[in-house]
Amino acid sequence: MKHRTFFWFILPTLSAMVLFIALPIVSVFIQSLFVQHEQVLVVSESCGPFGCVEETQVDTEATAQLREEQPLGRFNGLATYFDRSHLASAEIAEVWRTSTGLSSFIDGIMDLKFYKALVFTLTYTFVVTPLVLIFGLAVAVGVNNLPKAFRGVAIFISLLPFLVATIVGSMILSWMVDGEGIIGATLQNIFNDPSLSIKASTPLMWIMLMVYGVWHTLPFAFITFYAGLQTVPQDTLEAARVDGANKWQTMISVVVPHLMPLVSFVTLMLLMDNFRVFEPLVSFQAEAHAQSLSTFIVSDLREAGNPLYASASATSMLTILGVVILLAPVLIRTWRDFNAKAH
Amino acid sequence: MFLKKAALAGAIAGLMGSTAFAADCGPSGKSVRILGSDFPAIQAVAGAAEANCAANAGEFTINLRDNTRDMMNQALTPNPAEYTSVIVANSTLTQLMNDGLVRPLDEYVAKYGQHLKPSQLITIGGNVMAVAFMANSQHLFSRTDVLEQAGVEGIPATVEEVVAAAEKIRAAGIMEHPIVMNMKVGWNVGEIFNLFFFANGGELFKPGSAEPNVNSPEGIAALGTIKSLLEYAHPDHLSHASNETQGLWEAGKAAMAIMWGSRGGAVLDDEGSSDEVTSNTVLSAAPTAGGGSTPAATLWWDGVTVAKNIPDEDAEATFAALVSGLTSDLMEEHNDKAIWLIEGFRPGPAAAGVSATAAAGAKPYPMIPFINLMHNALGSELVDFYKGDESAEDALADVEAAYRTAAKEAGFLQ
Repeated sequence: MKHRTFFWFILPTLSAMVLFIALPIVSVFIQSLFVQHEQVLVVSESCGPFGCVEETQVDTEATAQLREEQPLGRFNGLATYFDRSHLASAEIAEVWRTSTGLSSFIDGIMDLKFYKALVFTLTYTFVVTPLVLIFGLAVAVGVNNLPKAFRGVAIFISLLPFLVATIVGSMILSWMVDGEGIIGATLQNIFNDPSLSIKASTPLMWIMLMVYGVWHTLPFAFITFYAGLQTVPQDTLEAARVDGANKWQTMISVVVPHLMPLVSFVTLMLLMDNFRVFEPLVSFQAEAHAQSLSTFIVSDLREAGNPLYASASATSMLTILGVVILLAPVLIRTWRDFNAKAH
Repeated sequence: MFLKKAALAGAIAGLMGSTAFAADCGPSGKSVRILGSDFPAIQAVAGAAEANCAANAGEFTINLRDNTRDMMNQALTPNPAEYTSVIVANSTLTQLMNDGLVRPLDEYVAKYGQHLKPSQLITIGGNVMAVAFMANSQHLFSRTDVLEQAGVEGIPATVEEVVAAAEKIRAAGIMEHPIVMNMKVGWNVGEIFNLFFFANGGELFKPGSAEPNVNSPEGIAALGTIKSLLEYAHPDHLSHASNETQGLWEAGKAAMAIMWGSRGGAVLDDEGSSDEVTSNTVLSAAPTAGGGSTPAATLWWDGVTVAKNIPDEDAEATFAALVSGLTSDLMEEHNDKAIWLIEGFRPGPAAAGVSATAAAGAKPYPMIPFINLMHNALGSELVDFYKGDESAEDALADVEAAYRTAAKEAGFLQ
């Protein structure tokens, strides 16, 4: 295709992408560089049904004037990225200076919320993603080998976890594993320990979240691989069989290589989604044991009285950066494959 | 048509009421748009305003919903604002005043508020900014039958007595976890700290500044007190907010609870629980801690405000409509729905806990512009301590560091 033609073809998509993806990211980045004005405070007496006290108030007129002079706020550079709620450079230096060994250094780092969330998010991503790939492929092969009459039903049932909205599915499971719920109470009975509680234990909570993550995203991998299985060339399969390959060998040497582009695609999607894990943490009320960068963004913005736009923007930018780093190996691999094919 | 009928009914009820109060709804044909949280007391107040003044107004809408605090600032920022009035509490009035979104009410009070008690007027810097109509606080709920069975005499009045009673209940094999309290990570964890911090005589900020002051002997004492209670609390406590604790109470799974007074009516009514639980539930003052005399509670009020960014006549009509409902007539019908601050309220059993807590000198929840930031820092950073991963000193140091980071970004600290 001529470059000129290609340009006109791609223009509508490109402009939509610039408008709805690139510009918002730029705006978020700019926002992350500014913090709120200094608040002008006055002390005055406030009285109500419970008596009078001296209390501080914001001088709204003076603050409004500051706001008018500099609508974006005070320029803060990249300082928000390195403060205690984000990369915490000063705190890490302090921990490094005062720590007595590796374990006290790790304890010190784990005290910083950004790194604590990062550890959970990465564990979640690297446990859930491979499990979903493996089980997704297994279910797809299983369904593909069923007699034709049962396939429709099997596909429908396998897709169910995906059809249930995340927030609803995790809410239901959360009630079931609650100390007063059917699974939680049964476990307490079996182990005869009334203080056994999934919601009170960090390791159990992590396992719960990951099991839920696998259950919920499995159908996505399954349906993609199932579609891919329909395109496996029959003559190659037959050739393998003639060469004396058993089912397992055929699977590893013929089917999986054929599905590789799909595996890359599913991996990309899963890595992105899992890194931004959010709804299960809310529904399981897991904030005590597991946080992700997404929950930080929401809690910064939810506070209508004092929303921390800079902090939320910085966390968003760091999330994007994290996703890029995670995806880089897969993207580089795809790029190499593409080049290899081109030559 | 319905509105007219309702207004007529309201007017007739008003005439027949003991005070023969005729609603003065201010300028007619104006727009009244009310936003508030969705619970029975606010439904009653907004409903009374509608019954009295909907016919007089050109437009009358009521929007009661959950989590109004998350959107009220955005709703009042444009000019004209989305609502002419927001029904607020201590903390949400602060958040609206931080952005200068509500107007002083003095002239309207003089014109329409003769029936209000002076203690209902929330005066800040000499201006009336809100009119309170109900009070709320946390306090102790006890099951007298369980306490008796375990050999505990009377209702516990201090945290030490609560813990001793819990130990007796556990030792008697009646309940393994007799205490419930709202310890859900986030706002509730922060609020529980406030209760026991104030009871131990703490001040959240250094006087006259936005500098944090929680990493102090009072802070450590407060955490010690809370930990002693959690020893006997339900193992899932870090995921329990009001709905969960009320549910456990009504299911008869707890013997002592620190819950909101506003839940008292719902706990004592004949819905959602058994007679065994409701007839033995007693509401009393919040316990004191560490030998002090201040109950471990914060006092709250709910009240009406009027938006700033609206035409003056809409503001006047809105205020007139809302306060027209805050009369003894409302008490006739809705006496048990809240702990009302309105003339004519007769405190019943559901109000006993809040009244006793207020009378014992509990502190009001502070109306300080940066209180939200401190509350959030407490809510997220104390969790490590409650899980046993961190010492009290370290957790409080983390709270101060997290607060400083947020307060710097919000412009309260340098």
